[in-house]
Amino acid sequence: MSVAVLEHTAEPRTRAGTARRQPAAYLNPYLAGIGIGLVLLAAFVLVGRGLGASGAFSTAVASGARALDAAHAPGNVFFDDYALAAPWRDWLFVEVVGIAIGGFLSALLAQRSALRIERGPRISKRRRLLFAFMGGSIMGFGAKLARGCTSGLGLTGGALLSAGSWIFVLCAFAAGYAAAPLFRRAWR
Amino acid sequence: MSVPFFELGAIGDPRTLSVALLIGIAFGWFLERGGLGNARKLAGQFYLNDLTVFKVMFSAIVTAALGVFWLSRFGWLDLSRIVMPPTYLAPQAAGGIVFGIGFLIGGLCPGTSCVAAASGRLDGIALICGMLVGVLAFGELLPLIAGFYNSTPRGELSLDQVLNLSRGVTVFLLVAVALAGFAAAERIEERFGHGAEPQS
Repeated sequence: MSVAVLEHTAEPRTRAGTARRQPAAYLNPYLAGIGIGLVLLAAFVLVGRGLGASGAFSTAVASGARALDAAHAPGNVFFDDYALAAPWRDWLFVEVVGIAIGGFLSALLAQRSALRIERGPRISKRRRLLFAFMGGSIMGFGAKLARGCTSGLGLTGGALLSAGSWIFVLCAFAAGYAAAPLFRRAWR
Repeated sequence: MSVPFFELGAIGDPRTLSVALLIGIAFGWFLERGGLGNARKLAGQFYLNDLTVFKVMFSAIVTAALGVFWLSRFGWLDLSRIVMPPTYLAPQAAGGIVFGIGFLIGGLCPGTSCVAAASGRLDGIALICGMLVGVLAFGELLPLIAGFYNSTPRGELSLDQVLNLSRGVTVFLLVAVALAGFAAAERIEERFGHGAEPQS
């Protein structure tokens, strides 16, 4: 098994169809994974918790709703638990802001920063955006139901050998594979 | 000296928030480096032409699992002070299925959507908007589904308990399965094509 350290990337093209600059190659996925694993380990060591993502969305939604209407959904555990007066002081919220910053920096330095829509060759831009929105809303609901996502359950829970996290990961992958034929035209 | 060094600080504690920011930046950095801000690459997992998602996720899980095991084995990490996601069998299975469908349709997960948006991808922004709506919908519907949502709790159930093996053996098995998976992934990619084609 031979694996190149830097893989060929096919990355952003301008609307004119030609690459403006030569983007850097992606990092070998195993190395990227080890990097993330070490970041996860650092989180455990430094603050006794792991990575996450969907929780920040919960904080944003609940805090925003209660900020607009302090009496919204009284007694609703979701809003009660997640609404904060100062969400920017929530660990997970700050971490997710960090994810955006880290992604931004990496893309910028790799010449992979450009306004574009990532889509399959047979789907229109509008349809792609619609699917992204649809997929996101379904995923948001699923993440809440499962009490986490691929970061909080998959990576963190997975590394801690949490049974529920592994159930989540297996079910998510299985469902993805099951649904794939139905959405072939969106991606291939 | 035992880690974690800081108990989860009181909300707003500047030290723990600084750690949060740095951890997040490093996480986002590696996600983007691996190409996980690219929805076509992520979706490729489910069409077998690009198994980056599997490789990155499981390399990360195995790395951290080994680190956690050995650090606690040497008495340097106090596992009891680590926040472990609680297990709820039915909602996490159902939530996983729903999540997987959404992931396939959207092509990004919550974490990678931030990377996508931050690198200029409008589909990332659309997906984030969708997620906010989906989370809100869940919040509004929670009183109706609270029974199911709180069903089948199993606390901090872990794989070693389920398999009735020691933690060390369980981690070893996890590594073995991951390595076998990586070998299979390489062969599958060779067979079904590799990498996301350029956007036309």
